[in-house]
Amino acid sequence: MKAIITVLGEDRVGIIAKVSSLLADEGINILDISQTIMQDVFTMIMLVDISGSTSKISDISEKLDACGKELGVSITIKHEDLFKSMHRI
Amino acid sequence: MINPFEIMETINMIREENLDIRTITMGISLLDCIGDDSNICSGKVYDKITSCAEKLVSCGNDIEKEYGIPIINKRISVTPISIVAQSSGDYVKFARAMDKAAKEVGVNFIGGYSALVHKGYTKGDEEFINSIPEALSTTNLVCSSVNIGSTRSGINMDAVGKMGNIIKDTAKASEKDAGFACAKLVVFCNAVPDNPFMAGAFHGVGEGECVINVGVSGPGVVKCALEKVKDGDFGVIADTIKKTAFKITRMGQLVATEASKRLGVPFGIVDLSLAPTPAVGDSVAYILEEIGLEKCGAPGTTAALALLNDAVKKGGTMASSYVGGLSGAFIPVSEDAGMIAAARSGALSLEKLEAMTCVCSVGIDMVVVPGDTTADTISGIIADEAAIGMINSKTTAVRLIPACGKKVGDTVEFGGLLGSGPVMPVSKYNCSEFIARGGRIPAPLHSLKN
Repeated sequence: MKAIITVLGEDRVGIIAKVSSLLADEGINILDISQTIMQDVFTMIMLVDISGSTSKISDISEKLDACGKELGVSITIKHEDLFKSMHRI
Repeated sequence: MINPFEIMETINMIREENLDIRTITMGISLLDCIGDDSNICSGKVYDKITSCAEKLVSCGNDIEKEYGIPIINKRISVTPISIVAQSSGDYVKFARAMDKAAKEVGVNFIGGYSALVHKGYTKGDEEFINSIPEALSTTNLVCSSVNIGSTRSGINMDAVGKMGNIIKDTAKASEKDAGFACAKLVVFCNAVPDNPFMAGAFHGVGEGECVINVGVSGPGVVKCALEKVKDGDFGVIADTIKKTAFKITRMGQLVATEASKRLGVPFGIVDLSLAPTPAVGDSVAYILEEIGLEKCGAPGTTAALALLNDAVKKGGTMASSYVGGLSGAFIPVSEDAGMIAAARSGALSLEKLEAMTCVCSVGIDMVVVPGDTTADTISGIIADEAAIGMINSKTTAVRLIPACGKKVGDTVEFGGLLGSGPVMPVSKYNCSEFIARGGRIPAPLHSLKN
């Protein structure tokens, strides 16, 4: 299953490193990554494949949430289908 | 990969603009529970509800976590109890069984303590209606509705007269909670059998064994989208609402399909209603004000609401394979921060609300009136609202709370999604003779329309 992770907040050293090492530990493969500053906010969007992970998406979500708090940013993970259904016919 | 702006739009809708799925409602048929022993029947009702809906809440929670979409309520609607319990009687026992079952499976409301008496009532229906005050004041999660009129059969004025008294009795029976039980009682004209929203949800007799209906939300999202087109004319406004409604509804369709697949229960409908909450930024009234009104209730409110309601339907219809339920903008006063403010400041009157209900769903909803409002006046308000529904072939409803001991200017706190309601003034002129006539207002003509 594919999911989209978003990271929003103030830019600082090590955000990508920290998030990607957490994902690596969980066995989650990063398929695509983009990073930009949108309306003055650091915005990172990742497309990931979580089928290789043994954790449930809800557990991954909690871990990402804790990681986000540590970094002072907001991290979400949502099923790719949510975005597809809202923006594609 | 999906465009980053689209991704951020969705994330913002959920994070900042209160986008959520308002309710996943499981409709359950109880027709196979009918029998002549109320103990056995109510036991069957409990068993059927708890077995069908055993996984409803956990499934809703799983979808919520997996897709990252807040799903606020998980609810159940059942076959009208006046039908299910008519051969056994002892109606309140069924309300208790429903309440117990709802608590067991963890839903926050169960609807269907209902009767359909739009043309006339059977002996059983009458006894059932008399049981409503006790049923609602001695249970926590049971919601009740009574359909007193329809476009095809006219308005049962005997039932209208009775419901005025029932609402008063229900308020009195829950006096210590400021008449809270009345918030769980809706009087309908043209009630729909697949409505997922409370308090009016019931599982109609033409429905299947068990279905999943979903109600979406999103007034905050519509308002935020309109903030970006400040200079647009009405074409732009309608278009913006349509596009937003499309996206909101697609999310509802996704959740409905997924819940139906996981629970092994057919998908019924997505209800396109824009349902507000008392949270700031989740208000239908604020959308109307964003369109250009100083306060909801100002001249132009009905036109703005008509545009909003129609555009939501146009956008939403294409986004879902099956649309149903009430599908329109809700204007419950106590559940909408903008409506509360408008009513408190005097901008919004009961009469203006009535006009607004001509162009949207559902009706005079969650309106607190003074405790000394007479039963006949309440019946008069119900009759007016039912007439609007009957003539315009639409659903209308009345959910009034005559708050014991409260007068105009006071506020009643309900808490949670039900919010708080300022006590609104009602006409001081009497309609007792009109209500006392009884009988039935004949069904209207459907040609020569002007």
